[in-house]
Amino acid sequence: MKAAEQSATRVAEGLLALSQQEELVDLPNHALSASEDEGDSDEERKHQKLLESIGSLDGKKRWKLAERSEACLKVSEFNVSSEGSGEKLLLLDLLEPSKTSSSLAAVKKQLSRVKSKKAVELPLNKEEVERIHREVAFNKTSQTLSKWDPIVVKNRQAEQLVFPLEKEQPDFAPIEHVLSGWKARTPLEQEVFNLLCKNKQPLTDPLLTPMEKASLKAMSLEEAKMRRAELQRARALQSYYEARARREKKIKSKKYHKIVKKGKVKKALKEFEQLQKVNPAAALEELEKIEKARMMERMSLKHQNSGKWAKSKAIMAKYDLEARQAMQEQLAKNKELTQKLQVVSESEEENGAEEGELVPDAVNEIQMCAAGPNPWMLRNCNSDANDEIQKDPEQPPEPVVQEFCEREEDETLGTEEEILLREFEERRSLRKRSELSQNAEPVGSQATKDSSTKEVLAELKALTQKLNQKNCQSQKPKVSSVRTTCQVQKQECALEEEEPLLLQRPERAQTLEDLEELGHEEYSETKEIPGLVLEGNQTERAPNNHTDTPKGKKKKEQMIDLQNLLSTKSPSVKSLAVPTSVEELEDEEEKHQKQIIKEAFAGDNVIRDFLKEKEEAVKASKPKDVDLTLPGWGEWGGIGLKPSAKKRRRFLIKAPEGPPRKDKNLPNVIISEKRNIHAAAHQVRVLPYPFTHHQQFERTVQTPIGSTWNTQRAFQKLTTPKVVTKPGHIIKPIKAEDVGYHSSSRSDLSVIQSNPKQSSRHRKKQLKKNSID
Amino acid sequence: MKVKMLSRNPDNYVRETKLDLQRVPRNYDPTLHPFEVSREYVRALNATKLERVFAKPFLASLDGHRDGVNCLAKHPKSLATVLSGACDGEVRVWNLTKRKCIRTIQAHEGFVRGICTRFCGTSFFTVGDDKTVKQWKMDAPGYGEEEEPLHTILGKTVYTGIDHHWKDPAFATCGQQVDIWDEQRTSPICSMTWGFDSINSVKFNPIETSLLGSCASDRNIVLYDMRQATPLKKVILDMRTNTICWNPMEAFTFTAANEDYNLYTFDMRALDTPVMVHMDHASAVLDVDYSPTGREFVSASFDKSIRIFPVDKSRSREVYHTRRMQHVICVRWTADSKYIMCGSDEMNIRLWKANASEKLGVLASRERAAQEYNQKLKEKFQHHPNIKRIARHRHLPKSLYSQIQEQRIMREARRRKELNRRKHSRPGSVPVVSERKKHVVAVVK
Repeated sequence: MKAAEQSATRVAEGLLALSQQEELVDLPNHALSASEDEGDSDEERKHQKLLESIGSLDGKKRWKLAERSEACLKVSEFNVSSEGSGEKLLLLDLLEPSKTSSSLAAVKKQLSRVKSKKAVELPLNKEEVERIHREVAFNKTSQTLSKWDPIVVKNRQAEQLVFPLEKEQPDFAPIEHVLSGWKARTPLEQEVFNLLCKNKQPLTDPLLTPMEKASLKAMSLEEAKMRRAELQRARALQSYYEARARREKKIKSKKYHKIVKKGKVKKALKEFEQLQKVNPAAALEELEKIEKARMMERMSLKHQNSGKWAKSKAIMAKYDLEARQAMQEQLAKNKELTQKLQVVSESEEENGAEEGELVPDAVNEIQMCAAGPNPWMLRNCNSDANDEIQKDPEQPPEPVVQEFCEREEDETLGTEEEILLREFEERRSLRKRSELSQNAEPVGSQATKDSSTKEVLAELKALTQKLNQKNCQSQKPKVSSVRTTCQVQKQECALEEEEPLLLQRPERAQTLEDLEELGHEEYSETKEIPGLVLEGNQTERAPNNHTDTPKGKKKKEQMIDLQNLLSTKSPSVKSLAVPTSVEELEDEEEKHQKQIIKEAFAGDNVIRDFLKEKEEAVKASKPKDVDLTLPGWGEWGGIGLKPSAKKRRRFLIKAPEGPPRKDKNLPNVIISEKRNIHAAAHQVRVLPYPFTHHQQFERTVQTPIGSTWNTQRAFQKLTTPKVVTKPGHIIKPIKAEDVGYHSSSRSDLSVIQSNPKQSSRHRKKQLKKNSID
Repeated sequence: MKVKMLSRNPDNYVRETKLDLQRVPRNYDPTLHPFEVSREYVRALNATKLERVFAKPFLASLDGHRDGVNCLAKHPKSLATVLSGACDGEVRVWNLTKRKCIRTIQAHEGFVRGICTRFCGTSFFTVGDDKTVKQWKMDAPGYGEEEEPLHTILGKTVYTGIDHHWKDPAFATCGQQVDIWDEQRTSPICSMTWGFDSINSVKFNPIETSLLGSCASDRNIVLYDMRQATPLKKVILDMRTNTICWNPMEAFTFTAANEDYNLYTFDMRALDTPVMVHMDHASAVLDVDYSPTGREFVSASFDKSIRIFPVDKSRSREVYHTRRMQHVICVRWTADSKYIMCGSDEMNIRLWKANASEKLGVLASRERAAQEYNQKLKEKFQHHPNIKRIARHRHLPKSLYSQIQEQRIMREARRRKELNRRKHSRPGSVPVVSERKKHVVAVVK
């Protein structure tokens, strides 16, 4: 069987080859004659029969091959018709049968239109296709990559980059999530759990217990609204009140405040009276309160002259009548407030005296103050007195007397305050007197102005006077030793008096003016007086002055002032006198120094030297002529023989004149234009890369960055490093998410989704797992 | 009457606590502080000198390998952990803070060709000469347990390199072709070829994570896209590229370490001209790694030195060498950008400071301010010849120095020859080719 099969297949192969040959032959001459064709087909049929018979030997398989439905002349055993493989099927051939029927005209038209289109080309070979694929893929990726361009540029140009770039967010899981997976295991835990459960405490969500929730729900909406409205109203009222208080506080009018205060007091009084009628016990309490307030007042010394306002008023009182009045008022108040203490036995007598004398308050006060050590009180009384005196200038002697008593007291006590006080007082009295004198003279209303100009003039005079005095002292160093010691003693006080002295000067000058009239003899006399005074004969002095008083107001004034002046002046004179000698010494030293310097640099003429130097520099910088003469060339040479002038002239190459020197017109400057080699080692020769102009570079070098030249802030800003890395932090590659892009690279492989929701869920799961573990 | 008085606010001169600095009132009037340029210049000069004085970059040497260290990998989550593979198939895990080996694995027979860590830091992969890819757990096995890989993949050909995807559980190996593997499967999910030469190394782009770059021994660098499963472009250089490294801050920039002593930084969208040619090495460059800040990279060379280059400069800013360090095969920059590790032929891993004169440890604020000021001064006066000279001065071993001199002379001779040729031939017939274009042979699409 097998052998037969093999032979059959061989036969078949041979036949196939034959038929193919025939085909090849057939291909070119396609249209053959019918007869030939028929003959051929006869043979073919025979072959077919033979093949069929052979195929039938084998069963079904072969039979199938023969079964065919295609209309074809030649059929091979592979069931593929190879007929007409070389020729193209034309559309016309298909249309041939339909030519006759006119009903298919539309179809024919369509077909003819199709005919004009070209056929599909052959597919490209594999390499080409791959290349195209690559190119497309490359373009795509480079497009996706170019979205990074702005970020890269930004990072490259950034002033400062801090790595790691992404902000680290602490990964906190809410406690509910942590607890949800937790289970009580140990008996203790279970017990606790049970307890919690029993008390309806929250186990998983620890925010609110059911009770709390219920209570939260309990409050109705209306109630809540009402409460809110109430609160709002209260707040609004408060704000109104505050605004009003502020507004009132801002009012500057003193009158207004006074009225308000008075109104308040009145109201309080009224109330108090009413209370007295209605409820005496309460009234008593109120009274006690008032008493207490008074006591407090006494303690605080509020209405005395120590306050800021009082002080300012004290200063102003000189000039301003109102201020004076205000001060008086205050004092009165103070007195009123402190009255109760005066009920005590000591002051009773004085009070009595006061009542008896019926003199104005001021006088009494003086007496009081004479007893007590409060200088402020005293001064104020004094001023009051002065005021009164001003009011009636017909009573001049009184204040003088006062003055003298005071002075005695002062000197016995000898404290600083008293000295200060005396100062004030003196000033005041002087002023008064000057006013008086002005009044005496028919100056008129412009007295004050005149006095001011006068004062200026007087000051000048005083200065000259001082100088004279100085001279006198230097000329006459015969001042008694006793006096000097006294002066030393007094100096301390005098030093403290310095400032007031300065203030006093104008008045004093006036007295000096008069002093000039008196002449030098008197001056010397008066000079001696303070010496006596300082020795302790104050009692003597007082009468002495008294004796002067009849001479007239002016003279008395002079005497007093003279004493005053000298007593204060003498130390200052001394203090001035000492440095003068020192100055002289210094002058001598300076002279000596100068002499020494002169001697030391006697031979130096700096200017001439400089000029010489400059000349040399100019000479050196001039280009030099080149002398090319060769002695002995073309003539006799040797010792003592010089080349001829003609030759020298001929071979001398004159150097060209250089550009004019920069320091030509600057007489005291030498500008060297030579390059300094030592400096060149530290100088940049070529303009470095990023700079385009040398000025840019110079400017960057010239701006200092150190903290010596910059404030701390600027220094910090100027020295910020370009890249900052934190030690111990892992720097991860830049991510699209960090920059704000969405990652384009989500591959098919990706398991982890970039969806945040899912990731969070995933995390939750993980957490659960962890907690279970 | 108002009396004017001198008054001072105590806040201006009283310090709150004793520990505060004394307030010093300063007058910034420039006339009071003259000669600012010269004074700052002197400060800059001193700062530069001090920088050189304090430049002591070598920190530690980790010894333990019994053959040359062939590959290094850093742990993605832990700064202190480093993995290294040696030429005898041994993999070691090191603790940098203790400077000790904490684990030793005999991973392969023959070389460990490549090593890479998974992005989460739980496991790592090694490839070796024994045609296998192995996945290992990062944690050491417990007591009594055998040291066994999690997975082993047997391949048909030798794998020469491996790199892990930065986000997905996929990795790429190279050898005859570039294969992309899913961690769960034993056969590659896609393999990409272009040409028939063996591929040295493959690297994933850390930013656009689906991109890969590879370099083959037929002198080319090929870029691939994993999603489209197709190569993108190929650039052929003068000589073979040993490895490439992507810039971690710029998605399209990578640097190639070449056998012709140079490194080339490319923008992958324009491969026909490298952005920068970095030339300073005196022998073939074997490895390169970027600083995590993306501003600098470090290269290891056959000339027994490692160099640090700024990305935008063609010359290196630093060279490290020691007498015992032989051909440096692999180098890595640590993830905090402070240290550099290099593995070399003579079986040691060395740890260096990235900034040679940087003070380690915590800095007081005043100290830091002073350092920053000094740094700025150095930058400001860097072009001045004296400062430049001091800042650039490095001591080199004699052999390396003479090699560099020799190459300089050769380069000069070549340049002169070209100049002469240009001078003596028809104008335009010998064109001027820029240094950048000179080394690129072709770009194949």
